[in-house]
Amino acid sequence: MTKELAARAQALPPPTERYTLLGWVHKNLFSTWYNALLTVLAFGLSYALLKPIIAWLIGQSQWEVLKVNFRLLMVGQYPMAQMWRVWVCLHLLAAIVGLTWGIWVHGRRLLAAVLLLVPLSLALLPTISSPTRLFLLGLDVFALIAFGLGRLRSLALRRLAIWSWVVYFFLVILIITGLNPAEGWFPIVPTTLWGGLLLTSLLTVVGIAFSFPLGVLLALGRRSRLPAIRWVSVGYIEVIRGVPLVTILFMASTMLPLFLPSGMRPQLVVRAMVGITLFSAAYLAEGVRGGLQAIPHGQYEAAGALGLSGFHTMALIILPQALRIVIPVLMGQFIALFKDTTLVATIGLLELLAISRSVLAQPQFVGFQREVYLFITLIFWVFCYFMSYISQRLEIALGVGER
Amino acid sequence: MSPINDLQQTPVGGEQPIILCRDVHKWFGNFQALQGISMEVYKGEVIVIFGPSGSGKSTFIRTLNRLEEHQKGQIVIDGIELTHDVRNVEQIRMETGMVFQQFNLFPHLNVMQNITLAPIWVRKWPKEKAEEVARQLLDRVGIPEQADKYPGQLSGGQQQRVAIARALAMQPKIMLFDEPTSALDPEMIKEVLDVMIELARSGMTMLVVTHEMGFAKAVAHRMYFFDQGLIVESGTPDDIFIRPQEDRTKLFLSQILSH
Repeated sequence: MTKELAARAQALPPPTERYTLLGWVHKNLFSTWYNALLTVLAFGLSYALLKPIIAWLIGQSQWEVLKVNFRLLMVGQYPMAQMWRVWVCLHLLAAIVGLTWGIWVHGRRLLAAVLLLVPLSLALLPTISSPTRLFLLGLDVFALIAFGLGRLRSLALRRLAIWSWVVYFFLVILIITGLNPAEGWFPIVPTTLWGGLLLTSLLTVVGIAFSFPLGVLLALGRRSRLPAIRWVSVGYIEVIRGVPLVTILFMASTMLPLFLPSGMRPQLVVRAMVGITLFSAAYLAEGVRGGLQAIPHGQYEAAGALGLSGFHTMALIILPQALRIVIPVLMGQFIALFKDTTLVATIGLLELLAISRSVLAQPQFVGFQREVYLFITLIFWVFCYFMSYISQRLEIALGVGER
Repeated sequence: MSPINDLQQTPVGGEQPIILCRDVHKWFGNFQALQGISMEVYKGEVIVIFGPSGSGKSTFIRTLNRLEEHQKGQIVIDGIELTHDVRNVEQIRMETGMVFQQFNLFPHLNVMQNITLAPIWVRKWPKEKAEEVARQLLDRVGIPEQADKYPGQLSGGQQQRVAIARALAMQPKIMLFDEPTSALDPEMIKEVLDVMIELARSGMTMLVVTHEMGFAKAVAHRMYFFDQGLIVESGTPDDIFIRPQEDRTKLFLSQILSH
């Protein structure tokens, strides 16, 4: 490039737009007469709808029902003496989240502050017992220590973080279940005592942890060159997708025991987990298949031409790209799975929704549906929103060097 | 008249060809893409294959590392015959590098990972050795500073040079180029051809499907003109450019050299 051209090609800064508050209001809300009309109408409608709700929230609502039944809603009948195990799981989670945050998240201080403030403010509530208070503060302490560690950002720490996520899911199941059949230090807690949010989370965690690999295998099977594998995969996917989850759960609870000898009947919770896993895997498989089909044939050829085996081609080249493409689909499926766990109420398991109905059946709490259901809704919303948020962050984080 | 390049004069080879094809046939459904191709290539030779689109030239070099399967005839690479035996195919793929028209880099891996992937997983080299070799190759193709970039951040010419480095990292005995410059902007063709010319001069055995007649004139030992799945004419660049025998060859050359 000649000097003259270089001088002429000197880029100008982009035009900047700055508004005062009034200027912003004018531009976005009252720019034309019909925009002004719409603004007024929208505000009026919002007021009309929200006024009774706010009035109820401030004036009439009574939260005694939640205070009394909080433990029931969270963990069901899980024995008081074993509650520390639930806390260990939560502390581990806090530590892993802290570590992950320290390694990969930049900025986002406000969100971090809000997350840290939740346990802290709960711990300051007057009605909470002092061990619980300590456990709650422990969440923040572990998260902060792990966060500080994560800021070192070494390769070993990155590996540790990824592996802890994988191991965590299986560890949680072990900690909650227990090891020792007899009474003792680490006794097995019968699954009949699991309930509330704990059961909902465990059904979700187990569902995700097992249906994901199964779904990937089914997707690969459906594209296999071997007809036997292909037809088995197609048959499985189409049969499962043709049946409602409730039906599968009924099958698991009533039909399965007929086929098995009475000595080895798995517990109802386990049967429900198997049902959810098998159901979700069929949908995940179709999602993953979509990702596999989006990978251009040239990628297979390039890998083949370099001498990579079929297994290496899949594991190193095709799946990493295909799975990244389908993160939104997978996360949507996981969110659906989380909400679908409410269906296990139909086979008599007391997950979050079922246990809230049994709370409402207590004579002294009849008529508190609004409070309880609002609380349940909030819990579901927070979890679903968080999963969706993680999906977005993952997409951005893994989108590096996208073609 | 003086010869177009000196390479065609130098005797190459040895007694045994590194690539031997006898009467290779290939069908896509009912369409016959290759109708009996026979070719012998000796170590260190640079072969340019050209012809109109649909003439089977790409299909032919893709049969050499079994990206396409030939249905009749015999292909022997470096003494190993291409058969259904997967071990033979893997052996041959380790000894032949390939460069594609569309680059086919792995978009989720950076340049260094693209180059070191196969040496680490197929040749079982330690990571340090693979990265050392990769750095030398990036130097050789002229983009040592791009090791940490992702393919999507590079220009077409740079991507194709990474693809060449990736193929060379496996230390192949033969390099196959399938229209390596056809997807490039005019400004970037030269930077890729320069790398290929340097590679040819270093004694690499190369089969190049291309319409870049400048490249052929610079470094080709022999040229093959394909049409309708057949070899219409073959010979040294002198034979092809100065005294072509077949009318089909003359017509094709006049069309691609006219402007």
